[in-house]
Amino acid sequence: MDFSFLAKYWKYYLVGAKNTVILAALAVAAGTLLGTALAVGRISRRRAPRLLASAYVEFIRGTPVLVQLFVVYYGLQRLGFRFPDWPFLGRLIGVNVPDFLAGALTLGINSAAYVCEIFRAGIQAVDRGQMEAARALGMGYGPALRRVVLPQAVRNILPALGNEFVTVIKESSIVSVIGIADLMYKTDAIRGMTFRPFEPLLVAAAVYFMMTYPLSKALARIETRLRSGAY
Amino acid sequence: MALIKTTGLVKRFGKLEVLKGIDESIDEGEVVAVVGPSGGGKSTFLRCLNLLERPTAGSIAFDGATVFPGAKPKEEDELRRRVGMVFQHFNLFPHRTVLDNLTLAPIRVRKLTEAEAKDEAMALLTRVGLSDKAAAFPAQLSGGQKQRIAIVRALAMRPDVLLFDEPTSALDPEMVGEVLAVMRDLAEGGMTMLVVTHEMGFARDAATRVLFMDDGRIAESASPAEFFRSPATPRAREFLSRVLGR
Repeated sequence: MDFSFLAKYWKYYLVGAKNTVILAALAVAAGTLLGTALAVGRISRRRAPRLLASAYVEFIRGTPVLVQLFVVYYGLQRLGFRFPDWPFLGRLIGVNVPDFLAGALTLGINSAAYVCEIFRAGIQAVDRGQMEAARALGMGYGPALRRVVLPQAVRNILPALGNEFVTVIKESSIVSVIGIADLMYKTDAIRGMTFRPFEPLLVAAAVYFMMTYPLSKALARIETRLRSGAY
Repeated sequence: MALIKTTGLVKRFGKLEVLKGIDESIDEGEVVAVVGPSGGGKSTFLRCLNLLERPTAGSIAFDGATVFPGAKPKEEDELRRRVGMVFQHFNLFPHRTVLDNLTLAPIRVRKLTEAEAKDEAMALLTRVGLSDKAAAFPAQLSGGQKQRIAIVRALAMRPDVLLFDEPTSALDPEMVGEVLAVMRDLAEGGMTMLVVTHEMGFARDAATRVLFMDDGRIAESASPAEFFRSPATPRAREFLSRVLGR
């Protein structure tokens, strides 16, 4: 084992980790937005939105992220879609912005399916009697959902949503295959330049862990606090 | 005129027919105890009256207007505003204080200001002796206290009738009395009430009428005195001998 390459290349890891975090944050933002919309469809009383949302969830969960990534990255280009080239993001990440956005979107599309299920499970875990009590008081379905059911679902949803963020950080390593300069891509670069195939991977694993472990711990603490509230 | 009138009310869950055609009317000021063996359709009947359960067939009229079939969602909400319900498991909102439990729907549905709703809520809490619990969360209350809160929460909507779905069945025995006392108080105040209950004492001396339900039908409708002295059907006699232990 020889880790002397770190002296020269440690900055690569730093830049890669930064880009991984930005990528994951964008993906989670997109995933939460899309996932919320899907969840609304999933719990709808109408059949069409329910079917549509569950078809999405089943399809995304039943296909590999890698395939989804290629479909978005190559497929959308073939269809003539161009991702925007935002200069501010370019300065932040120092790589090709459209590719980066394609990666973030893929991860978001993928994550949305899981977010949808987290929301659905969280909402359905709230006792049915809560909705009934609110309706029995004359509240409509929407207000009853917003004022009574959702606030209680949040306690079920938040911890699981945090775990989804951790998952996305790890899964985001897949986007290195389309040349996005995330942590995994930078690690590969170091392996090539140093002709050391193994040690850089160990360092990468350690860096991923340093990102996910504190996050998991922080989430566990938030969860404890949510559960110990006055109710 | 009847406040609530059902005609040929049928409710099926899949193949199971729980209500097999109920024709019944409830007049204003009546306190109706609905009794009978479990599985006889008592709760389902009650839950159909405020459309928490959608009947399979038949019709329901409330205060002279048909509310099923054919009511629009807004009209259903208005029906539920006027038909209060108290549940076996209280169903208080655990994430809100007692005061918020009482003011949420009056503010949202009756469009009261926060101050108005709070004044009304405090008056109601005083009436059931729980004004010191306004800031408490439901989890900090005993079962009996929760159910008393649930009753005044329903009252806060100024309903024309109150439905009680086994309001004391989930309570420890020593707390049944305090809840029944509140219900007796309401009955004496002239509130129209339908009470699904196993408390025969309450049915005997607080109700104005007893409905005996068995196998999805109303098998008997009689004054409490008559029902408890000489039940007309064998099923009712059998039921009474079991619950009264004689």
